[in-house]
Amino acid sequence: MSRTLVVAGHGMVAHRLVEAIRSEDAEGTWRIVVFGEERRPAYDRVGLTSYVDGWDAGALALPGADYSGDEAVELRLGDPVTGVDREARRVVTAGGHSERYDALVLATGSRPFVPPVPGHDLPGCFVYRTIEDLDAIHAAVERARGGRGRPAAAVVGGGLLGLEAAKALRDMGLSPHVVEMAPRLMPLQVDEGGGALLRRLVTALGVTVHTGTSTDAIEADRGKLCAKLGNGTELDVDLVVFSAGVRPRDDLARQCGLEVAERGGVLVDSSCRTSDPHVYAIGECAAIEGRVYGLVAPGYTMAEVAAARLLGRDATFPGADTSTKLKLMGVDVASFGDAHAATEGALEVVFNDAVNGSYKKLVVSDDSATLLGGVLVGDAGDYNLLRPLVGNPLPADPATILAPAGGGGAVGIEALPEEAQICSCNAVTKGAITWAITDEGCDSVPAVKACTRAGTSCGSCVPMLGRLLSACGVEQSKALCEHFTVSRAELFEIVRATRISTFSELIARHGKGSGCAICKPAVASILATLGNGHILNGEQAALQDTNDHYLANLQRNGTYSVVPRIPGGEITPDKLIVIGEVAREFGLYAKITGGQRIDLFGATVEQLPRIWRRLVDAGFESGHAYGKALRTVKSCVGSTWCRYGVQDSVGLAIELELRYRGLRSPHKLKSAVSGCARECAEARGKDFGVIATDNGWNLYVGGNGGTMPRHADLLVSDVDTETLIRIIDRFLMFYVRTADRLQRTAPWIEELDGGLGHLREVIVEDSLGICAELEAAMARHVEEYADEWKGVLEDPEKLARFTSFVNAPGVPDPTISFRTEREQPVPVLLPVPEVVGR
Amino acid sequence: MTAMAQRTWVAVCPVESVPRGDGVAALLDNGEQVAIFRTESDEFHGLSNMDPFSGAAVLSRGIVGDADGVAVVASPVYKQRFELSTGACLDDENVRVRTYPVRIAGGVVHVGSP
Repeated sequence: MSRTLVVAGHGMVAHRLVEAIRSEDAEGTWRIVVFGEERRPAYDRVGLTSYVDGWDAGALALPGADYSGDEAVELRLGDPVTGVDREARRVVTAGGHSERYDALVLATGSRPFVPPVPGHDLPGCFVYRTIEDLDAIHAAVERARGGRGRPAAAVVGGGLLGLEAAKALRDMGLSPHVVEMAPRLMPLQVDEGGGALLRRLVTALGVTVHTGTSTDAIEADRGKLCAKLGNGTELDVDLVVFSAGVRPRDDLARQCGLEVAERGGVLVDSSCRTSDPHVYAIGECAAIEGRVYGLVAPGYTMAEVAAARLLGRDATFPGADTSTKLKLMGVDVASFGDAHAATEGALEVVFNDAVNGSYKKLVVSDDSATLLGGVLVGDAGDYNLLRPLVGNPLPADPATILAPAGGGGAVGIEALPEEAQICSCNAVTKGAITWAITDEGCDSVPAVKACTRAGTSCGSCVPMLGRLLSACGVEQSKALCEHFTVSRAELFEIVRATRISTFSELIARHGKGSGCAICKPAVASILATLGNGHILNGEQAALQDTNDHYLANLQRNGTYSVVPRIPGGEITPDKLIVIGEVAREFGLYAKITGGQRIDLFGATVEQLPRIWRRLVDAGFESGHAYGKALRTVKSCVGSTWCRYGVQDSVGLAIELELRYRGLRSPHKLKSAVSGCARECAEARGKDFGVIATDNGWNLYVGGNGGTMPRHADLLVSDVDTETLIRIIDRFLMFYVRTADRLQRTAPWIEELDGGLGHLREVIVEDSLGICAELEAAMARHVEEYADEWKGVLEDPEKLARFTSFVNAPGVPDPTISFRTEREQPVPVLLPVPEVVGR
Repeated sequence: MTAMAQRTWVAVCPVESVPRGDGVAALLDNGEQVAIFRTESDEFHGLSNMDPFSGAAVLSRGIVGDADGVAVVASPVYKQRFELSTGACLDDENVRVRTYPVRIAGGVVHVGSP
């Protein structure tokens, strides 16, 4: 006979509780009924700001949060608990439902705190907590766009949440004002010096900061709002977002007579139990031993503690680390331990580099031996190393630790204790990683990731994994192959800088030996990207993999397949007929590809030029299906025909395919354009995918199918065609220059130090100042493009290569034969010869 | 060396028809196919053109290079490497392909019976 657990609230912490119980309670001793106020299951509220990237609520979904298929859990959404009868052990809901419980967990979270400013409830005033809040803000911004002038917004509150709201507004194209009562931004996390730098960096990003002033009133003014600040400033805005902190939602507890903390929050002991042994409280609504935490990590810990208690195990809340590291609008902010030097006798050591925009402060014990905490603004790269050291002896003099790298020995990874957490997402310690390297034999970052799960979530600790490998004496080779000790990216830069145009010169000067099947095609690709003429010119031909050598795709019986380019998948009846005629005349097997074109199989090498003569005469050109190059830009039919299309997806797909055709890259490149959010072209499964919006285009990067399918991530939204193409130009050239051999865009982005955020900085914000050069390189590619097959047909020397036998031109390989299957030719495979022993 | 005396040589093509660091295929009268390779240092080697892992006659279309200084060709199908002078597969010690002697005479490449 199972007991009933009622959970009031369905946010991230409530979901963690249900998960924790269900993962252990296989017999189903608890029947769980969850009442949520919002109409959707728990979602990633911490990542709420990223909702602006694509307005896709699905992207915030937490896995398994609807408990479909789990009969032990009943999830009732849009029906909050409104009353608790502790004597009868029964809850009632807004929808009139009544449920008896054996245990009740309050997980009602927080509500945004709105200061009692006159006018705070006017239309145009919002809070920032739910997906619906963001939808409402979005709608208001769109409405304001239709009015006079550029839309403007004010954010009341300059803490973590306020800056998140400012970021969201900025991502919607606004330049928001942030009003903070304290003398600096993020007053809880950073000190005065850090706050000053943070203000400077945020201001540079188009945010106007007003600190040390109250918001006295909001007034309606001819269809807009006027925010009157305590310092006399008046801000004319279209909307005001209140994000001045949160307050625990303890109303249910007050109503049924449970004890609450002095400053709010359901009072619970270290086992998360309230003054009623049948009632628990977890997350932001709980005041655990009197303290309310507004962070998700302590909430998760409380969920685990309550789950353990409900399952009859002993567990207590160990206290929480309120250290934070985040990137706001590209600005690093981190605070850890005793950031404000509240410990008696604590000393502060500050390093403030106004030129490079970096502020670092360490708080140390009075004998300067122990690290107590710190603040990092602008460059929080040391956070991963410093946070685990809190409470531990300092490995060096604090000033030495803070000195910029190169100034003499920042703290080494060797100094970290074994129990220091390197990956806080997956709770992986330094000890566990070292063990994986030394005992499990992991000799590369991917191997460590696979073995320990470290670095597989946010990825911020990935550079630390590399340093740990080095610290364990594992040399991570980035050599391309045994002939070149440099990586592909370095080789690219060498070729670009020296303008070496032959493999023999390159290997003589920068490598050794005579090359191999790894470096030869890699160099051939680099030479092709940098514009060294036809890929079969002179010495280049011998570098090419057989596919590039014959400009066709080798199949298992030694024949090749032929794929003419059909840009965007659009083709005239006449051209379609030519393809059919060619297939019939040469006895080829025809199949439609996934990239919206037609593949003709079974051509022998001597047939290839004759097939292409026909195709080129009919206006076709190489489709580069054989190359590590742009393949296709797939499209849906778009606004021309489709009732739902909002942009001409076919037109854009053709434009993109013609622009990037022939671009040689580290691996194949695929793309697609969808004409509306229904995404019929499957653009998010591509290396770069474009989806039409009402206002322009959204660009997604880093998607692929294959063995490791991955959806592409939003890079920029609502851009016009010109901007879109400029950013794709930069994206592709940056990828071509810096990726490893055979590395698709997804793993390339993942391995960039800083991931997608870094990529955005480089190619959208031009943080490295290389965008003009990337664009110029792409412009050269576009200008110099020539059809490779036409080039072969016009050159007798190249044509002469298309023969099976040097001593019998025109004679096809006699071992090739076909049989008929479903009315088409398919290869008769030869038995693989008996292997010959040595 | 009676064996040498009995060896027959077939003229295949001019030397310049085999590019440096590349290969070509020749068809013998008995239907056998020989992959002829020319290294960067102008050594010529002959191997059976048949790739033992796929059964396709394509070894001549592999990429020529070296592994630790040993001249090899990598099959264009599944990329196994074969030593040019012995036909031994570097990636599977149980496999090797037949070798054919190759000589240059009067600027012409000749293939001998194995």
